[in-house]
Amino acid sequence: MAKKKETVAMLLAGGQGSRLYLLTEHIAKPAVIFGGKYHIIDFPLSNCVNSGIDAVGVLTQYQPLALNEYVGNGLPWDLDRTYGGVRTLPPYQAMNRSEWYKGTANAVYQNMNFMDKFDPDYVVVLSGDHIYRMDYAEMVEFHKAKGAVCTIAVFDVPLEEASRFGIMDTDGDDRVCSFEEKPKQPKSTKASMGVYVFSKETLYRYLIADEADPESEKDFGKNIIPAMLAAGEKLYAFPFQGYWKDVGTIQSLWEANMDLLGEHPKLTLQENGWRIYSRNDARPPQYIGENAVVRNSVITEGCVIYGQVINSVLSAGVVVEKNAVVKDSVLFEDVTVREGAEVQYAVVDSNTSIGAGARVGKPMEEAAGISLVGGGLDLPDRTVIPDGTRFGEKELKALCEGREVV
Amino acid sequence: MSAVAILFAGMNERRVPELTSDRTMASVPFACRYRLIDFMLSNVVNAGITKVGVLTHYNYESLMDHLGTGKDWDLARRNGGLKILPPFITAFANRGSNELYASRLEALVNARNFLSDSTEDTVLISDCDLICNLDLGEMLRAHRETGADVTVAVQRRFVSSAEEVSVVLSDADGRFIEATRFNDVASGTKDVQVQLLAVNRQFLLQQLTEAMAHGYHSLTRDLLNRCAGTSNLRIYRFEEYCETVGSLADYYRFNMAMLDPEVRKQLFGVKNRPILTRVWNSVPTTYAESSLVKNSLVADGCVIEGIVENSILFRGVHVGKNTSVENCILMPDTYIGNNAYLNCVITDKSVTVRDGRVLSGHESRPFYIEKFIAV
Repeated sequence: MAKKKETVAMLLAGGQGSRLYLLTEHIAKPAVIFGGKYHIIDFPLSNCVNSGIDAVGVLTQYQPLALNEYVGNGLPWDLDRTYGGVRTLPPYQAMNRSEWYKGTANAVYQNMNFMDKFDPDYVVVLSGDHIYRMDYAEMVEFHKAKGAVCTIAVFDVPLEEASRFGIMDTDGDDRVCSFEEKPKQPKSTKASMGVYVFSKETLYRYLIADEADPESEKDFGKNIIPAMLAAGEKLYAFPFQGYWKDVGTIQSLWEANMDLLGEHPKLTLQENGWRIYSRNDARPPQYIGENAVVRNSVITEGCVIYGQVINSVLSAGVVVEKNAVVKDSVLFEDVTVREGAEVQYAVVDSNTSIGAGARVGKPMEEAAGISLVGGGLDLPDRTVIPDGTRFGEKELKALCEGREVV
Repeated sequence: MSAVAILFAGMNERRVPELTSDRTMASVPFACRYRLIDFMLSNVVNAGITKVGVLTHYNYESLMDHLGTGKDWDLARRNGGLKILPPFITAFANRGSNELYASRLEALVNARNFLSDSTEDTVLISDCDLICNLDLGEMLRAHRETGADVTVAVQRRFVSSAEEVSVVLSDADGRFIEATRFNDVASGTKDVQVQLLAVNRQFLLQQLTEAMAHGYHSLTRDLLNRCAGTSNLRIYRFEEYCETVGSLADYYRFNMAMLDPEVRKQLFGVKNRPILTRVWNSVPTTYAESSLVKNSLVADGCVIEGIVENSILFRGVHVGKNTSVENCILMPDTYIGNNAYLNCVITDKSVTVRDGRVLSGHESRPFYIEKFIAV
C-alpha cells in the first residue's frame, strides 16, 4: 500500500567507481567503508531521513550483493516503513524490454512505476559517492519558491579545480544560464554536487523524450539538463555551504577520512541534530593495551590495539599487534596488522592480514603516493609493498610464486 | 527440543542500591556498551530460543528502553519473540501486603498465562544479572537426555565460608539432593547454584498450581528442595566464566576484569555465540593528539584529550585536556573537564566533573557519583 508523498528520492548506486580500483572489485562504490563505521551510502540515506524524505529508491546494478545486504529493509535509517521506506531497485525484465540501466536518466526512467506509487510532486535524484550532510527539504523549499522545474545543488570549488566538475554559470537570481561538464575554461566556480530536485511532470516529460532519442547517452548531466536548458526551462542553482567531498578516487577517499582528524576537524560526525546512521553489529568495545600509543586517530568498536596508531582511521575489528605501527592510514573492517609490521600512508581493505614485520608504504613525506592493499589477503611475514602501488590477489599470487622459485 | 525462556529482570536490586535506585538489575550498564541483561538474553538467543518473557518488577522503564522491540537480539517476531511481562495488579494482593511479588516463585505465578499459552516443552528460567557466555543448548540437551523434570545449573568453584552463596548437594549420578540457602559448611570446592534452571513446562505449571494452593513462595525451598525426593531433579555443571554482582565493589571488580584479555575472550570471543546489545550508532571514538590511553576498554562516541589508564569508558564520555583518569568506570555521557584527576571513581550516566577537580576512592570502596550530578 502506498500513500502520497510530496517528495521521493532516487539514489543512483549502480556505478562501479572504477577509480577506487581494488576497493570496488567486488562491491559497488556506495558500499565502500568510510570514517570507521560508515559506508558512503549512509550519507545520502541519512540525509534523506533527516530531511523528512521517507520514500527512497536505491538503483543498483554493479555488484549489488553487498549493497543489497547493507541497505536491507532500511532499519538502521528508520526506513523500514509500512508506507514508503527504502527499496533497492535493480534492472528488470519487462514484457517489451529487458535491459541494463544504460545511464543515470535511463535508470530513473525504468523505475517510474516505483515513483508513481507515491504520486510525488518532486523527485530528488542523488548519487552515492559523496560525503556531506545536507537538508534536502531546504532545497525543495528553494525549488518551490523559485518556481523551478529543476534545481541543482552547487558547491563553490577553487577555480583551478573547476575543470574536474560539471560547472554552472548563473545569473544574479541563481538561475542557471549554462551548464558544462568538465569545461576546459570554466566560466564560474559553481560545481554540481550531483544532487537534483525535479518537478515530477517535467522530469517525466524529458525522460520519455530522452528515451526515444537513440543518440542520447541517457545521462542527467550530459542529456537531460542540457535539453532542459536548451528548451528554456527554469533551472536554478542551490548554493550549498558546508562540507562536501567527492570520494571517487583513492586519494580523495583517504583525504576525506583524514578530514575527521586534527584539533579542528574539517568534518565532524558528532550528532548536532543531524545523525549519520549506519548498519553495524554489536561488537565488543575497543581495547587499548598497556604499551599502545594512540594519537590523533578515530577508532571504533571491536578494535584491539597493542601497537602504535597515529593519524589514522580504523574500522570495526581492526587488530594492531605489539610493535606494529599504523600511521597516516585508513584501515577497513577486520584488518590485522601483525607484530612489528608497519603500515604507512596506505588504505587497506577489509579482512586483510598484514604479516609480521611487513612494510606497507613509506612515511608520507617520502612516499610517491598512497599504497592500496586489497581485501581478504593474507600477506606473508616481511612482505614489502612499495609506496604508491596497488596490491591485490594477482600481486599476492605473483609474489608467492616468485618466492617458490627462489 | 523446543524451549521458551523466562528472565527475572529484578531480583537482586538490594545488593547494589546505588546503581538500581532508578533502574532494574537487568539494565545496569556494564563493560562499556552492555547492560547486564545482554549476557543472558544473548545466551538464550544463541541457543536458538526465539520466545523470551522478561518478568519485570520495579523501575523497568530503562529496561524497556533498552530492549525496545527486541530487534537487536533478533527477537522482534510475529510468533514468539520478546515479551515484557510486567507485574499484575493482583500481585498487590499477595499476602495482604502492598508489595509486588518478592520471590521468583511468585513472579512465575504471575507469568502463568505466558507459560500456559506456550507450546514448547521446556522452560529456561534465569536471573538477568549473570555475567557469562554459556552454551545453553548443551544444558538443554543434558536436560532432555537425563529425562529430568528440573535441571539446576551449578558452577564448581572454591567457596570461602564467608561467602553468601547457595551450595548444591548432589549424588554421584548428578541427582540434585538439596540446595542450602547459605554456605554454612567449611570452605572448599563446592557446587555453587547459578540462578538458572531448565524445567519441563507441564511440571512447572503443576508446581505453580501447588504453590498457589499452599502459599509457597520460595523457588529453592518450596520447589527444588521439596521435590528433590519425588521428582527427577538433576544438576548441570558449567565450566565457563560466570559472575553475579553482589555489591558495588563486585560491580567495580567485574568491570575491571574485562581488561583481562582472557576474560574478554571467554565472554566476547566465543564463535557463533556473540553477546548482542542495543545498537546505538554512536560515532567512532576520537583520540586527540594530546591523549594517552593505556589498558582501557572504550566504547564508541568518546572524545579523549587527556590520560586514561586502567579504565572502562562507556559511550559518549569526554575526557578533557591534561586530565588524568585512572582505575575508573565512566558511564554514558560522563563529561570530565580539563586538569582534573580521578582515581577509582564510578560515575553514573551524564555526570559532569568540572575542571580541576580531584576525586578518589579505593578499589574496595569506589567513589560513586549519581546520575546527572555535577561535581
